[in-house]
Amino acid sequence: MRVAADREVCIGSGNCVYLAPTVFDQDDDEGLVVLLTAEVDPGDAGPVGDAVARCPSGALRVVPD
Amino acid sequence: MTQTPAMPMHMQRTGFDPVAELARLRGDEGVAPVVTPFGLPAWLVTRAEDVRAVLSDPARFSNATDVPLGDLLELSAEEMARRRAGQLLGLDPPEHTRLRRMLTPEFTVRRIRRLAPRIEEIVDRHLDDLERDGPPADLVPRFALPIPSLVICELLGVPYSERDRFQRLTARQLDLSVPIEERLRLGLESRAFMEEQVARARAEPGDDMLGMLIREHGDELTHDELVGVSLLLLIAGHETTANMLGLGTLALLCHPAQLAAVRDDPAAVEPAVEELLRWLSIVPQGILRTTTTEVTLGGRTIPAGALVAASLVAANRDPALVEDPDRLDITRGALGHLAFGHGVHHCLGAPLARMEMTTAFPALLRRFPRLTLAVPFEEVGFRPHHFIYGLRSLPVTW
Repeated sequence: MRVAADREVCIGSGNCVYLAPTVFDQDDDEGLVVLLTAEVDPGDAGPVGDAVARCPSGALRVVPD
Repeated sequence: MTQTPAMPMHMQRTGFDPVAELARLRGDEGVAPVVTPFGLPAWLVTRAEDVRAVLSDPARFSNATDVPLGDLLELSAEEMARRRAGQLLGLDPPEHTRLRRMLTPEFTVRRIRRLAPRIEEIVDRHLDDLERDGPPADLVPRFALPIPSLVICELLGVPYSERDRFQRLTARQLDLSVPIEERLRLGLESRAFMEEQVARARAEPGDDMLGMLIREHGDELTHDELVGVSLLLLIAGHETTANMLGLGTLALLCHPAQLAAVRDDPAAVEPAVEELLRWLSIVPQGILRTTTTEVTLGGRTIPAGALVAASLVAANRDPALVEDPDRLDITRGALGHLAFGHGVHHCLGAPLARMEMTTAFPALLRRFPRLTLAVPFEEVGFRPHHFIYGLRSLPVTW
């Protein structure tokens, strides 16, 4: 599973950082989403899926393999 | 004097709960015509899926259209523009994006976590005072209101000694039982208050958010924008979390097993806060949107230029969102509640609110493990006429 993030769309809610802190972070300068890894560990698939589904701005998506 | 508007059905509560009619409407029509507190026709959207659709589509559901308040608001176009300046909730992209991006770095999860020691200190000090004075005590003025007020004052750079002034201004402005003329006057007074704070910060920008905005964005922000955005942060920063702390404590007191879990199990705290946010939905609906085009929503056709009220409280109690939605269950874990809204206007301060609540609830319950209501439940003072639901008082003993 791969995930992609659009910083142009991101509003910095931080929801993804709470849900999957090993995959998502925010940078200090702009407070917008940063991917710590694009390849999601199968063990993180659940929380990452939640983060994508719950992202308030729709900035996250799962990239089909 | 204008008559006090009655609270419409979709904003009424019975204790913690929205009225049964709202659940019926969500199950049957989903989207239905209602009348706002000011007597204006609007479309009420109740299902989680439709509420998300409205809130995530600013191009078709605009925040930036002046709601026609008719004779209630006799303001010039210039005055209306001043009132709108800096008000993130009254703007659409790209104007909204420009302002919000100035604030986003201040509210990242990491930045807010750095505040944890200071928030813990503030919470502990208020608990020390309660313990020293002994029971009974009213937790609204002694715990729920002062903690977020002090936190936002320090963060923003407003002297806490001014709290009586801004707390009164805010609380009465959001109270529908206060005549509209007075609420408008209080709005002007609030802005005058914030203009003083901005002038002080301009003279000597501090190491706080006002200082940051002046130093880093002073050239891009008009005076009115700086005043507007600061006022929104101050109001949203204390009124919301204060009511969550008060009403949330009462909710836990009414659910003793869940209270015990929040008190005794650190792992239970974060999911409990999310569930309290969902179940209480203290902000009953998002800012009214105006359709920019004809839209179809939940099978209804809504014309362009219509007002739309997205009911957060109805969406958060939607059986399509969670099973058995009217039951408080802090073990549900993470879920997609809509208490912070959705879309580009999703609560900017959500990480701060979460930090304050995950700190304050367990600290209160551990300090006073035998905390209990000091009056019968029926005598607890709810705020039925407030735009933000909550408690007037919460008398407890321990």
